[in-house]
Amino acid sequence: MATSPMTPECLLPGPTPVALLDAAGQAIPGDSLDMPGDQVLLALYRMMVLGRRFDTQAIALTKQGRLAVYPSARGQEACQVGAVAALRPQDWLFPTYRDSIALVARGVDPVQVLTLLRGEWHSGYDPYDLRVAPQCTPLATNTLHAVGMARAAAIKGEDMVALVMLGDGATSEGDTHEALNFAAVWKAPVVFLVQNNGYAISVPLAKQTAAPSLAHKGIGYGVPGTLVDGNDAAAVYAVVRRAVTAAAAGAGPALIEALTYRVEAHTNADDATRYRSREEVDSWLARDPVTRLGEHLGRRGLLAAAAVAALEAQAEAEAAALRQRMNSGTRPDPADLFRYVYAKRTPELRRQQHELAAELADLEEAGNPS
Amino acid sequence: MTTTAEQDRALAAGQAVTMAGALNQALSDALSEDDTVLVFGEDVATLGGVFRITSGLAEAFGQTRVFDTPLAESGIVGTAIGMAMNGLRPVVEMQFDAFAYPAFEQITSHLAKLRNRTRGRVELPIVIRIPYGGGIGGVEHHCDSSEAYYTHTPGLRVVTPGTPADAYVLLRQAIKSPDPVIFLEPKRRYWSSEVVSAQADVPLDRAVVRRSGSDVTLITYGGALATTLEAAEADDRSAEVIDLRSLAPFDDETVIASVKRTGRAIVVHEASRFCGYGAEVAARVSEQCFHYLEAPVLRVAGFDIPYPPPSLEEYHLPNVDRILAAIDRLQWRETASVVQAAG
Repeated sequence: MATSPMTPECLLPGPTPVALLDAAGQAIPGDSLDMPGDQVLLALYRMMVLGRRFDTQAIALTKQGRLAVYPSARGQEACQVGAVAALRPQDWLFPTYRDSIALVARGVDPVQVLTLLRGEWHSGYDPYDLRVAPQCTPLATNTLHAVGMARAAAIKGEDMVALVMLGDGATSEGDTHEALNFAAVWKAPVVFLVQNNGYAISVPLAKQTAAPSLAHKGIGYGVPGTLVDGNDAAAVYAVVRRAVTAAAAGAGPALIEALTYRVEAHTNADDATRYRSREEVDSWLARDPVTRLGEHLGRRGLLAAAAVAALEAQAEAEAAALRQRMNSGTRPDPADLFRYVYAKRTPELRRQQHELAAELADLEEAGNPS
Repeated sequence: MTTTAEQDRALAAGQAVTMAGALNQALSDALSEDDTVLVFGEDVATLGGVFRITSGLAEAFGQTRVFDTPLAESGIVGTAIGMAMNGLRPVVEMQFDAFAYPAFEQITSHLAKLRNRTRGRVELPIVIRIPYGGGIGGVEHHCDSSEAYYTHTPGLRVVTPGTPADAYVLLRQAIKSPDPVIFLEPKRRYWSSEVVSAQADVPLDRAVVRRSGSDVTLITYGGALATTLEAAEADDRSAEVIDLRSLAPFDDETVIASVKRTGRAIVVHEASRFCGYGAEVAARVSEQCFHYLEAPVLRVAGFDIPYPPPSLEEYHLPNVDRILAAIDRLQWRETASVVQAAG
């Protein structure tokens, strides 16, 4: 436990990933973590179903040319939903570009989740509304922002934990090293959640690290590392919840590696058949996180057929609403390009804004001869 | 280094203080005035910084507000960004110019862009203090003039004081600014001294005419200011000297008005010439003053070489003679008439 006196051994992950459900959805007895309550499990399932439907809708919108690019989170629903469900309203989430399902689960408007990927603006939502930082594109840089946010909370005496999401590739970046080190030295209330989905675009984990696991890296910083089955939403929720609770109580940071799989290619522009086999993908599809929790809930009589049908209908309705709203997008005002560079536009930016406005007025005049 | 209390008294009594002392006082006053201001970086707390700019601040304000960090510049700037997102105003120190480069991604991809990325919702009032430039016999990586890397990045303010009085007031303004500020401190001027007023009202984004003149405008900043003023005094012609202070945004108004009056301009800086800051100044002056110019805009700058070792740096840095020689090359009428007579 993170709160016990620190010995090197207690910083190491266990020999196998923490799991509460096996691939067939059977509860696994004997782990130190309790199975989340029924209401939590139902909420996790609901968010995963809705999140997956959002993801498939976003892929479809990309094929229709509505999104500039879409990095799918399919297969990683348990990681993203489990982590977000474990956060409290006052906590902060620092996501990457692949964490769309996490954002939807946190309550960010789906259209605003897609603002970046639609190419409309660099970020679509107010980070302060739901305490969600903008989706971060440069790898691992958001880890330091999370540490700073958490350190500031400690300085100000706020009860808040920052959870930062990163991928297996991002653990090779220098900022991840600096962030884990700063967080540990400062005992900052931060949870690092590494979604190890097997690939950094095409590069497999074996070419990324020689460590026994990414969770093992924690010991070098004095940060407890935990390895969790990332396709087990109950386990992800329980592990993240434990880390958030400990961090909020002053135990400092935690490093969690969730083992999962990126079912789709890196983005719509990628061809995953160039670097991985169909058999490998199929073996992970057999461990599907949504099916797994659904089986478990069904077996325990917590999920009636009618409830499943109602949930699927809701997912369809939300997808239809998203399609509809994505059809009626408006082009951003070109003047916005100059508005937010500084707190006040500089004289030079005012001049350049007028230059562009004059150019656009000329074009309009040429296009609409009076 | 004097203590903060001694400086306080010196400032109040109208005695001369060094640029280092003025910066220390500015930090101290900002920490006193605003509880959200933090000072952190490498060696800034217990030691007081390698140049002692933060001397005494940890004792006065405690290790929660003034603290030493692990030795990692990206970490310092990256965590400052997170703290600013949570309502604090970090003032961080990069130990030397070239040691700020590990933070380059955080500065250019996030610090400069988060306001724009979030349509103004995320404000990052962060000051990054960087001792820069040469002239102190520093070894490699301790003498870079890195201003152009930052001025080329929209979203950053880049400020550099040339005098102790400006150092105080510009640092106070930088800390109050809602925009991120790269605050470049010309380390060879740290020990220059003059009377400093804590009450001076200097805006963050305006140049200042340091010496009035009518024949030529010498445009400079930071460590090259003193050399340029010396050259102006030594020249027979009437040289106006402009201290830019704010490298970004650029104060066109002050510079253009001067050059339109004098008809001649020279930019002086330590940094290498090629794609250096002077190139932008020369281009702006040429674009806006073409019909007023009697001669091409010249640059007196460092050579296009990696910064030299201490034993050779005197050959690299712009000196009075080079500035005077450049003034001589500005196609003065007597030269023109000689050419005509010869033809």
